[in-house]
Amino acid sequence: MTLTKTLLTTTALTVAAGAASAQEMTIVSWGGAYSKSQQNAYHEPYMEKTGVKIINDDSSNEAVAKLRAMNEAGNITWDVVDVVAADALRLCDEGLAMEIDPDEHLAAAPDGTPASEDFGDLLVGDCFIPQIVYSTTFGYRTDMVGDTPPDDICDVFDLETYPGKRSLEKRPINNMEWALLCDGVAKDDVYDVLATDEGQDQALAKLDTIKDSVIWWSAGADTPQLLADGEVVMGSTYNGRLFSVIEEQKQPVAMLWDAQVFDLDGWIIPAGLSEERKQQALDYIMFATDTQRLADQAKYISYGPARKSSAPLVGQHAELGIDMAPHMPTDPNNAKNTFLYNYEFWADYRDDIDAKFQAWLAQ
Amino acid sequence: MSDASDATTAKRGPTPDDGLKVAKSGPVLAADGTPLKRSLARALRMQKMRALMLIAPLLVFVLLSFIVPIVSMLFRSVENEIVENTLPYTTEQLAQWDGTTDQLPGEPVYQALYFDMFLAAELKRHTRLGTRLNYESTGMSSLFRQSGRKLDDPGKDYRKAFQGVDDGWTDSATWLSLMTGDPSADRDTALVKAQKARLARLDDTRLPGLPEFAPSTEISELLPLTARTYTAFAVMTELVDEKDMAKAKPIESVYVALAADLAAADVTGYSGPEADRLKALAASGAATAPDFAAIFADIDKDWANVATWRTIQTHAAPYTSGYFLNAVDMRKTPEGAQAQPEDKRILVKLFIRTLIMSLIITGSCILLGYPVAWILANLPMRSANLLMILVLLPFWTSLLVRTSAWKVMLQQQGVINEVLVWLGMVNDADRLVLINNQTGTIIAMTHILLPFMILPMYSVMQTIQPSYLRAAKSLGATNWTAFWRVYFPQTVPGIGAGSILVFILSIGYYITPEIVGGTKGVFISNRIAYHISSSLNWGLAAALGTILLIVVLLLYWAYDKIVGIDNVKLG
Repeated sequence: MTLTKTLLTTTALTVAAGAASAQEMTIVSWGGAYSKSQQNAYHEPYMEKTGVKIINDDSSNEAVAKLRAMNEAGNITWDVVDVVAADALRLCDEGLAMEIDPDEHLAAAPDGTPASEDFGDLLVGDCFIPQIVYSTTFGYRTDMVGDTPPDDICDVFDLETYPGKRSLEKRPINNMEWALLCDGVAKDDVYDVLATDEGQDQALAKLDTIKDSVIWWSAGADTPQLLADGEVVMGSTYNGRLFSVIEEQKQPVAMLWDAQVFDLDGWIIPAGLSEERKQQALDYIMFATDTQRLADQAKYISYGPARKSSAPLVGQHAELGIDMAPHMPTDPNNAKNTFLYNYEFWADYRDDIDAKFQAWLAQ
Repeated sequence: MSDASDATTAKRGPTPDDGLKVAKSGPVLAADGTPLKRSLARALRMQKMRALMLIAPLLVFVLLSFIVPIVSMLFRSVENEIVENTLPYTTEQLAQWDGTTDQLPGEPVYQALYFDMFLAAELKRHTRLGTRLNYESTGMSSLFRQSGRKLDDPGKDYRKAFQGVDDGWTDSATWLSLMTGDPSADRDTALVKAQKARLARLDDTRLPGLPEFAPSTEISELLPLTARTYTAFAVMTELVDEKDMAKAKPIESVYVALAADLAAADVTGYSGPEADRLKALAASGAATAPDFAAIFADIDKDWANVATWRTIQTHAAPYTSGYFLNAVDMRKTPEGAQAQPEDKRILVKLFIRTLIMSLIITGSCILLGYPVAWILANLPMRSANLLMILVLLPFWTSLLVRTSAWKVMLQQQGVINEVLVWLGMVNDADRLVLINNQTGTIIAMTHILLPFMILPMYSVMQTIQPSYLRAAKSLGATNWTAFWRVYFPQTVPGIGAGSILVFILSIGYYITPEIVGGTKGVFISNRIAYHISSSLNWGLAAALGTILLIVVLLLYWAYDKIVGIDNVKLG
């Protein structure tokens, strides 16, 4: 290890970018509409308030690998990183993210409720600072489903009533759960079943029934494009992407909220920052995750704020002027039947099931 | 400079003549009188140095930005020090355990695990090991994560019990004076150095200097486990956290260590500092011998499972063949290398697919590129330049844009299908599936890599004299014979160069297969990318990369044997 490290350090030194000064901070996020919503809701007001210059880096999809490389090279160039909760858990496990004490590092709600209660169960892992609740769910073409639009997750597996292609993500997570649900497994038993070899085979067998009609996506923008082109009749993606296809681009697409899988996205602070930069990052986090700021973000994108106290403050879309609340995955009408991504389970089983899933795909 | 100069040379400077004059009576000398051989060597050395200086920036650049990262990446494919570094005493104890029986390891292993794991958890290293072992056995990740959280409890219980005997046991000063012993006593510096080395490996850093604390030899002989645990704690406090030992509260494992030591040692003869407290504690019965196996069985039932221990034992060696075995769909087990279960075999299939599809892509590039290169080489300069721009234009467009454009062209509601349906050549109900399969990958990659084939072919064809073909024909060859016997053989070096370029580029392609390849058109690089950025199994990714590198080198070698590498020309 030491040899590798020495080698990497020398390499890093030759290409080292000057560490950001205290008046500058690099914030890493996903890019696109999501980064724009953060720019509007968090970055701009923060820069105005403090005079700190925020540099955006759209590297969140490879954040875990890059942070590990930076850590090994001993040169962390990022200050705050936006990652999904599963990645935050892994970064925490790897010692690459700083541990957070919610009540010390995060602002209390306006009524004085401590942050640990305001965020509640969404504080998964020791390093993760929740920001939004998003969901992976299905959208369908309203003009391709006849008079009986799908309203059940199992309609995805019903090729007779809804012929045509579907798009699913090219990984086992979510797909395996949906397959089991539609193969008669009770919602509470899904992960117990999925932990067994028979359960994994059962899920793959169910997916096998629609395998020939599936287009597998790997980027969140794929399904919206496939739906807009009429390539698929229905497809899974993040709810915010579907919102923009439906409301911003006015495509004939509707949401199938049934069995949507809730997931969380939020911040981590990389481990090993200098004291000065750490304080800066903590200051930003304190500001950007307060009740009002989280509610503000929902003006720009249809993801639910992670604080309970932010929900009543969600207003209208900044440009379209429509009420955002009914488009939130957490809205009672949408959240009749939901599923919460099981972080612990997938942290353990991800590699094992992924190998099986990819082997099954390649058959 | 020269001791052979005489009065004349001093006056008019050296001439070649002088050398010749002196040479008559000895070795050949240069104009300044030094032996010619040495003078020549010096001149050449200067030249070499100058050449080296000129290429030095490039050399350093290539070395640092290319060779070093590649070598260090390849090194990861066998490197496995994390198990030994994180659990040094456990792996040592575990080596004596026979993993083939159904017998769980003995108490010493559990005891070693407790102290190894506690220290690792203090430095947040245990979860890394969990992630590493989870690649081999599902469930290790949460086992380590959760065990790390629960390890404090036994220590807290003992601390409470000790406190019941004497309040001083929660005091850092008591511990420091007990462990330091008499100020004039001998110091066990070997233990300090060993623990420093252990922590440096565990934390993967270099620790400067030595801690101020050193246990007395007497104590480290009397209470060996406590001395070891406390010294590790001292190294961590003083060197890693950079804090003062006098103020640091002892970690919980120190209490467990003392309880274990007191159960085994006789302290009645001890008379150093804190002797009374220690004797009172030993007599009180608060320091019951800890049952480490029970502690771990309580934390998680998997610790009482032989399979968990087999995994740790199998993967304990600092260098492993495990990643390479995984890379060829096998796995390392206590009984040696075994094939993966059928439903997890995918990598060998992907290697073969990558090779076959790269060959097909290279073949299609030759077929499509050859006529284009021929036309380019035979047109008048002006039109050739125009055509050349057309060849190069896609070359200057972003790879991602070109690939996405193919998506628009090839999909079922895409341009090609629409045109075919409009022409009535394809039924609307069964449109051609041209994308998200191997066809899509081959079409898109052939297009993207075509310039790499055309350019070397074109530059070789340009050098072929048209008079050769005319001569062949005037000697009675048909068009075909003239082409096949005279023209084609001269273009082989261009085809060779183009093929090597296209083949080697396509074998490592990632982004295009990912976008248009669907499930059956993806390459081994897509799997490497998954292990680099998603599963973080860099060892496996490195092993896959190494195999890919070796395959390419082997093919290159075979090419050299069959066609000859001298027969490759880029122009």
